[in-house]
Amino acid sequence: MEITIIQLFNGLSVSSILLLIALGLAITFGLMNVINMAHGELIMIGAYSTYLTQTIFSSYLPSSMFNAYFILAIPISFMIAFAFGLLLEGTLIRFLYGRPLDSLLATWGIALMLQQLARTIFGAPNVAVKSPAWLDGGLKLMDGVVLPYKRLFIIGLVALTLIIMFFYIYRSNAGRRMRAVMQNRDMAACLGISTRRVDAMTFAIGSGIAGIAGCALTLIGPIGPALGTYYIVDAFMVVVLGGVGKLIGTIFGALGIGLTNTMFEYWTTASLGKVLVFLCIVAFLQWRPKGLVAMKTRALD
Amino acid sequence: MRERSWTAQRIYMLIGYAAAAAALFCAPLYLSDFRLNLLAKFLAFAIVALGLDLIWGYTGILSLGHGVFFGLGAYAMAMYLKLEASGDKLPDFMGWSGLANLPWFWKPFESFWFAAAAGIAIPALLALVLGFFTFRNRIKGVYFTILTQALVIITTTLFIGQQALTGGTNGLTGFTTVLGYPIGSPDTKRMLFWVTGAVLLAVYLMCRYIVGSRLGKVLRAIRDGENRARFIGYNPASYQIFVFVVSAALAGIGGMLFVLHVGIISPSMMAIVPSIEMVLWVAIGGRGTLIGAAAGAVLLNYAKSSFSESYPDAWLFFLGGLFVVVVVFLPKGAVGLLGKIKWPKRRRTGHEQQVRHSAV
Repeated sequence: MEITIIQLFNGLSVSSILLLIALGLAITFGLMNVINMAHGELIMIGAYSTYLTQTIFSSYLPSSMFNAYFILAIPISFMIAFAFGLLLEGTLIRFLYGRPLDSLLATWGIALMLQQLARTIFGAPNVAVKSPAWLDGGLKLMDGVVLPYKRLFIIGLVALTLIIMFFYIYRSNAGRRMRAVMQNRDMAACLGISTRRVDAMTFAIGSGIAGIAGCALTLIGPIGPALGTYYIVDAFMVVVLGGVGKLIGTIFGALGIGLTNTMFEYWTTASLGKVLVFLCIVAFLQWRPKGLVAMKTRALD
Repeated sequence: MRERSWTAQRIYMLIGYAAAAAALFCAPLYLSDFRLNLLAKFLAFAIVALGLDLIWGYTGILSLGHGVFFGLGAYAMAMYLKLEASGDKLPDFMGWSGLANLPWFWKPFESFWFAAAAGIAIPALLALVLGFFTFRNRIKGVYFTILTQALVIITTTLFIGQQALTGGTNGLTGFTTVLGYPIGSPDTKRMLFWVTGAVLLAVYLMCRYIVGSRLGKVLRAIRDGENRARFIGYNPASYQIFVFVVSAALAGIGGMLFVLHVGIISPSMMAIVPSIEMVLWVAIGGRGTLIGAAAGAVLLNYAKSSFSESYPDAWLFFLGGLFVVVVVFLPKGAVGLLGKIKWPKRRRTGHEQQVRHSAV
C-alpha cells in the first residue's frame, strides 16, 4: 500500500515535469510545424539561470535573504529562456516554417552549440544548486509515506503554470489569435492577425516555460550542460502520444508516460521499463496514429 | 527523360568514377597503415550513408535511428570476434558480471558466417517490425523521426543495462583474430580495406540500380507527394517499409565492417549523437545524390578526425554550426553547390534544347 502510494506520487512528479517540458513543444509544433530540438537546451538555460541567481544571492546578499532566492529564480529563469527563445525564433526558426524535418536538424545544431557553450562557461562537471531551507523535509501522510516538499512544490508549480497557460490560450485575446493561426494560418492572416508576431510570441512563451522547467529541475538533482537531452526525447514522446493542438492531450500524454514509466521501472529494471513504455506507445499509436487528442481537420496532410 | 547515349559528359563521369575507384583500391600503396585504417573506417561509414540517403534523400523519411542498426550489425560481428578471442573460455566481461555459462543467443555467433548473416538480418528485421507498425498506420514525418530517436534511447539504455550479456558501457573489445588471421596485422588490415572498398562499390551499384529503376521513381514520388502516389494506386507503406529495411541492412553491414577496422563497439557509438551525425554526412554531401552521401561521410569524418584531434571543444561548435548552415543555406549539400557553379553552362544547353524542340 505504502509502496503503491509512493510509486504513484513519483509517477505524478515525473509526469508534471514532462508536462512542463512538453507544453512548449506541443504548442510550437502545433502552431508552426517546427520541431525544436534545442528545447532541452532552453531547459538547461533555465537551470543555469537558477544556479546563477543562487550564486549571486549567496555571495552578495545577506544570508538571511538566501531562502527567498528561489521565488525570484522562477521569473528570472522564465525571462532568460524567453529572451533566448525570441532570439532563436527571429534568427533561425522563422526561416524553417513548414519544413519540420529541416527545423529538427538545424535546431539540433543549435542544441550542440549551446551545450558546448555551457560547457565552456560553467565547466563540464555538474553543479549543484542548494535548494531553499523551506523546501527541505516532507509531508508525512502515514507511516512510511513521506511526500517531499520539493516534489509537491514542483507539482504545484506545474499546476499554476498550466492554469495560467489555460487562461492565456483560451481566455485572452492573444490566445485567441494563437488558436486562430493554429487552425487556419492563411485565414487568420487575411483577418488581420500578424502571424509573424503570434509565432514569435508563442515560441518565446514555450521557451520560457522550458526555462521554468529547468528551474524546477534544480530542486531534483545537480545540473549539467547535457541536462536537456535527458528529458527531450521523453517530452517528444509525450507530444506524439498526446497529440498536437490541445492542452488536454499534452496533459494526458504526460500523465500516461510518467505513470507507466515509473510503474514499469518499478516492476522490472530501469532499462527494461523504458523498452516496455516504448512498446506501449507504438501499440497505442496503432489504435490512434494521430495521438490521444487530435485536432479535427478535413485537410489532407 | 535523360538520354542514355554516350555524351561527352557521361564519358567524363565514367572516367571520373573509374579513376576514383582505382585511386581507392590503390590506397594501400600511398597511405600509411594508420591512415589506411582510418580511410577504411570512413568507407564503412559511407555504406551507412548510402543506406540513409536511400531512405532520407530519395524517400523523404528521416530516420534518426540508424545508429541502432549500425550498432546491431557491429555487435553481431563483435560477438563473433569476442568468442573467437576467448577460445573455449567465457568472454571476460561475463565472468566479471558473474555469469557461469554462455547465454543461448551467443552460441551461434561462434560461426563467422552466422554472425555476418545476423549482422544484416537483425537490423533488417527490427526495421521490418518497426516499419510495419508505423508506416502501415501512416505514422510519418516528424512522428516517425521521433519514434526512431526513442528507439535509439531505449536500445542504448538496454545495452548499458544488460551488462552481463552485452558488456555494458564498455562494449565489446579485446579481439585477436578474424577467421584465424591476426586482426591487428598490416596484412589483414589491408585485406579488410579491400573488402570494405569492394562492399562499398557493390552497395553503391545496388543503390544506383534501385534509384534508377521503376522502384526508385515510386520512392521519389512518395517523397514528393505521398497522397498522390497513393491515389495513383501505389501503396506507399510497402515501399517505405522496403526502403527502411534495405537501409537498415546497409547500416548493419557498415557496422560489421566498422568493428573489424576499429576493434571496439560500445553503446556510445550507437547513441543519439552518432545517429544524428550520420544524417549530417548525407546532408552535407547532398541528399538525393548517392555519390554526395558517400563523399559526405568520408569528408566529414576526415575533417572530424583531423580537426577534433587538435581542438576537441571547437569541433562541437563546428558540427553544430554546420548543421545550421547546411540546412538553411545548402539544402542540397555540397553536390548542390557544385551544381550551382556549373549553372550558366547548363542553362545554355537547356536553351539549345528548347530551340531544338521549337524547331521540331
